[in-house]
Amino acid sequence: MRTGRLLRTSTFRRALIYMAPFGVLVVILFGFLYLGTLGLIDAQANATIEAEIRGLAEQYGSRGLSRLTEVIAERSGSKGEKGSIYLLTGPDLTPLAGNLNGWPSEAVLKDGWLSFEVERNEHGVATAHEIRAKPFRLAGGFRLLVGRDMAERAAFQQVIAKTLALALVITIILGVSGALYLSRKLLERVEAVAETSRTILRGDFTRRVPLAGSGDEFDHLSASLNEMLEQIEQLMTGMRAVTDSLAHDLRSPLTRLKGRIEVALRGSADAARYRETLAETIADADAILATFNALLAITEAEAGTARASMTRLELGELARAALELYEPLAEGKGLVLGQEIEDGVAIVGHPQLLAQSVANLLDNAIKYTPAGGAVSLAVRRAGERAELIVADSGPGIPAEDRERVLERFVRLDASRTSPGSGLGLSLVAAVAKLHRAELRLEDNAPGLKLTVSFDPAPPEPG
Amino acid sequence: MHILVIEDDAATADYLVKGLTESGYVVDHAGEGRDGLFMALGQNYDAMIVDRMLPGLDGLSIVQTLRAQQKRTPVLILSALAQVDDRVKGLRAGGDDYLTKPYAFSELLARLEAILRRGTSETAVQRLKVADLEMDLLSRTVRRAGKGIELQPREFKLLEYLMRHAGQVVTRTMLLEGVWDYHFDPQTNVIDVHVSRLRQKIDRGFDRPLLHTVRGAGYSLRAEAS
Repeated sequence: MRTGRLLRTSTFRRALIYMAPFGVLVVILFGFLYLGTLGLIDAQANATIEAEIRGLAEQYGSRGLSRLTEVIAERSGSKGEKGSIYLLTGPDLTPLAGNLNGWPSEAVLKDGWLSFEVERNEHGVATAHEIRAKPFRLAGGFRLLVGRDMAERAAFQQVIAKTLALALVITIILGVSGALYLSRKLLERVEAVAETSRTILRGDFTRRVPLAGSGDEFDHLSASLNEMLEQIEQLMTGMRAVTDSLAHDLRSPLTRLKGRIEVALRGSADAARYRETLAETIADADAILATFNALLAITEAEAGTARASMTRLELGELARAALELYEPLAEGKGLVLGQEIEDGVAIVGHPQLLAQSVANLLDNAIKYTPAGGAVSLAVRRAGERAELIVADSGPGIPAEDRERVLERFVRLDASRTSPGSGLGLSLVAAVAKLHRAELRLEDNAPGLKLTVSFDPAPPEPG
Repeated sequence: MHILVIEDDAATADYLVKGLTESGYVVDHAGEGRDGLFMALGQNYDAMIVDRMLPGLDGLSIVQTLRAQQKRTPVLILSALAQVDDRVKGLRAGGDDYLTKPYAFSELLARLEAILRRGTSETAVQRLKVADLEMDLLSRTVRRAGKGIELQPREFKLLEYLMRHAGQVVTRTMLLEGVWDYHFDPQTNVIDVHVSRLRQKIDRGFDRPLLHTVRGAGYSLRAEAS
């Protein structure tokens, strides 16, 4: 993965933004520590210096100059406290005692706190030391200077500066590498999705986004994407199937239609013959249209888009309406049309597609049952489920063919001579699938018993 | 009767204009949506036939605009979209009827006639009368020449539909939609059986048949023979 892309990711930028306050916090913390500690060191130095001045002035007051000179010499000697500075001079600033060579020039006239630098020998190297001191005028014109070497303060300053720099560097390194790591991880997951969609764009609809299996938000997203891809693939397959069957089943009747017209045109121009051909052509066109419409209805059911129009409906009412429509036809053919309808059997369904399915089933049953036979329609509860059963006493369907008749355009040889597109049962199968209903074909001994078993509608609210 | 046809396909438009003129209508034609809407707003047509998919402005928008302008001109929408939901969309937009392509011209003519008379056919009347055939919608009884006729509920509904469209041609599809609320064509022509049953009940034993079959189109209930 190129670093350029890593740096451009939103995660990287966000991680950096997140890191910035930590950097500021580190600086503020060290700042407080630094200023606070320096203040403390200075205050301590001041207090010590003032206490010493008081003590020395007392010594001078009670025991005179000789005692003071003695004490100062003692304290500034090797036994005295390291880092303490003393200087006692006469009124003309000639040094009398102490470890400072001369009165600092800038402090000749001043009386307040002083800061100056002094060259001191340490391990044979002359280094500049910062001194903090306070002058004091003794009675008799003698002048006293007490101070402290602030080298420790400088050392502390250096330590703090170094630590601060180090802390900042560590924070930045941790932040940047963390951001890089995070964006790299994220980019890998995004890349997996992008790669999959590129493959799909190239035409491989079977590809799916890989899941990490951790159940995290990316898995969640990938799972949703996969579900969508599944649906798209199904729709595509459905489309292809429709196109195939359209090509297959409309081409031959269209060819027949064209042939009929060509033959008529080639023959002698006879008005009566033309009329006859035209009438036949309209009949052909109607048949093609019927096939086309049946295919469209199946497609509508199979695509699942029809699910939006599903409502709660009573199977019994639907069945009674269909029975009413077909009753005269059955009677005309000398069939007994029986019914066994339980009331209050509700499902959630598509009214038009279901009505068309029931009509197709009755149509088929009446068509294939010879005169004197019986056709019956039942609606009943079977345990939890709602069942719609169409039974007839016709020739039935051999067990080995039962699966096959649900496919499109399959018409068993025995029925080749009856009219019909061969799509009636396919529509029923597609509508059953749309309703997630189970379709069973059984032997009615004699005849066919077809059961559509639905999920019941959820109980009505209120 | 002045009809406006808005249809972009020249051959179909030609066929419609010719057919409608032959049937005695005065026909104007617009080949584009915007022109069509302009014409529809400018003149008082008795009815309009509007294709759903048009260049410029689609058919549903035309109907919606008309309805928004309080124009109540009856509209028959023609469409290649056959699904029930598409139909519902068409009717909801303000169309009075919806016909799916391809259609038989006789079907179109029958539906056009039906929407032209819609004003009268759907009013809340109590009695319907065609020649000596009378229907009382309150007591749900039918009499012909004073003699009572027993009808099943669905036969009653079928006859009511025919009587409300008396004098017009009513197609099988119209009956399926109007009486059974089925928006598909059954494989077998079951409607014919129902009509012949009804005919048995209302015409048998009378000199003058009222329920006529119109060849290649459908049925018509009327007093005089064609």
